[in-house]
Amino acid sequence: MVFCLRRRDGLPGLSISIAFTLVWIGLIVVLPLTALVLRPWQDGGAVMLRVLHDGRMYAALRVSFSCAALAALIDVPLGLLLAWALVRARLPGRRAVDALIDLPFALPTAVTGITLATLYGPTGWIGALLARAGIRVAYTPAGIVVALMFVGLPFIVRAVEPVLRGLPPELEEAGLLLGASPWQNFRRVILPPLLPPLVAGFSLAFARCIGEYGSVIFIAGNQPFHSEIAPLLIVVRLQEFDYEGATAIALILLLSALICMTGVAALRRRVSRGLVARGAA
Amino acid sequence: MGGPSRGGNAVLVACTYLTVLAVLVLPVLLVMVEALRAGLGAAWRSLLDPDALSAIRLTLEVTLVAVIVNTVGGVMAAWLVTKYRFRGRAALVALIELPISVSPVIAGLVWLLLFGRQGWWGDWLDRHHIQIAFATPGILLATLFVTFPYVARTLMPLMEQQGREAEEAAFLLGAGFWRTLWRVTLPDARWALLSGILLTTARAIGEFGAVSVVSGHIPGLTETMPLHIETLYNGYQTVAAFAMAALLALIAMATVLLRSFLEHDFRKASS
Repeated sequence: MVFCLRRRDGLPGLSISIAFTLVWIGLIVVLPLTALVLRPWQDGGAVMLRVLHDGRMYAALRVSFSCAALAALIDVPLGLLLAWALVRARLPGRRAVDALIDLPFALPTAVTGITLATLYGPTGWIGALLARAGIRVAYTPAGIVVALMFVGLPFIVRAVEPVLRGLPPELEEAGLLLGASPWQNFRRVILPPLLPPLVAGFSLAFARCIGEYGSVIFIAGNQPFHSEIAPLLIVVRLQEFDYEGATAIALILLLSALICMTGVAALRRRVSRGLVARGAA
Repeated sequence: MGGPSRGGNAVLVACTYLTVLAVLVLPVLLVMVEALRAGLGAAWRSLLDPDALSAIRLTLEVTLVAVIVNTVGGVMAAWLVTKYRFRGRAALVALIELPISVSPVIAGLVWLLLFGRQGWWGDWLDRHHIQIAFATPGILLATLFVTFPYVARTLMPLMEQQGREAEEAAFLLGAGFWRTLWRVTLPDARWALLSGILLTTARAIGEFGAVSVVSGHIPGLTETMPLHIETLYNGYQTVAAFAMAALLALIAMATVLLRSFLEHDFRKASS
């Protein structure tokens, strides 16, 4: 390690790249986030206390986190299906499907928002069909889940795909030849190595969905306590010129998201460790 | 013979097409249909409206600056993180990736805390008649934050994999830092660099939440294309809203296709 460090010191550009990087990160990321962390405590934490007693904030956090978790969870089997089809199936038009999967990531959220609101609205192509069955999606929490599903899908596919590509197809065939039923084969042979990337994809989708704003607000209905997401509540507080309140909610949202992500990361480590242990046994 | 049985494959393909159609194709189709509802001429005219043109111009200006800043910063950071080993390297990478998990609304709010009227430096800016919040500089800062990680993130795995033998050789032959970077490192990483720039561009053009918080929503002045879509949509100007949305959707599709080609070429070149 020491040797490696010394050898690696020989390349020029260390001080230049350090200077550029620190200025870049410092001005664009560290400085504004410092303001976010310090601002709610500037008057001794009274604002924090007020916000922590705000039932509307807890409701908004509940809507954001539960809808994000549900959407990411529904995306897991859908993403697995698409990744599987891309890697293993004889799929005509594979390149087109492959490119389309990244679309939710590149499509501006406002475009996603007005499009899904129209598509699932009472007179929309899908909304009208669902309305006949008595199901309302737009302007309910279900609409939030639909929007977040769209946003989160590419994360699952792109997390599973490379791992699946690295698995030899012979593995599944061996399972079947040894007399496993398709279901047994799926559960015992195919699923275990895919579990870590599935959890990783889930956590990426979940993280993105917690903070999502543009694709949700058009379809959500935005009723306080019912279909109001936390990012929207921040905007509402800002429009009331309650900067302190908005900042406190923002800090709480960011911290709870980071705590959640740490939890999911721990789960991912456990899943991969369990896998290694089973493989060694 | 590998692969699933013929019947199994057919079911799999059908399920895939159904999912892709319902989840991904239908929304894009709807954008186009709604935009052309009153004919191509009406859609085109709505894009030539002065407010729409001003939104397009503002978006392009902000995108250009954001892409340049984050490309230079991203290349430098990727060089630093992949060519040297030092303590705190992992923390630096985590910091670079942090903006991805920050809500866009928060990415806008943080700039108001610094430059807004109630912000840390709001009074000072006010006295010197400098406007950052609710003006173009604020929109630029919000876009910078949101598009921050993408160039660095696409470059880092590739540059890590390339090691530093080529750079060391160039240095021994007498090339300086800039020359080595420009002639040795970047040409080797050009697909990843281009792909990262494309992604940054797409995100910069389409950013909504962060920009919405720091923009004053003044049509013709501080509205970017996505913000103008919101104004039009809430004003029941559906055709105009979807015409602008169709333009953005076309840009998004072009981005996705180009990146898919780049990745394909890159995979072929590396195998």
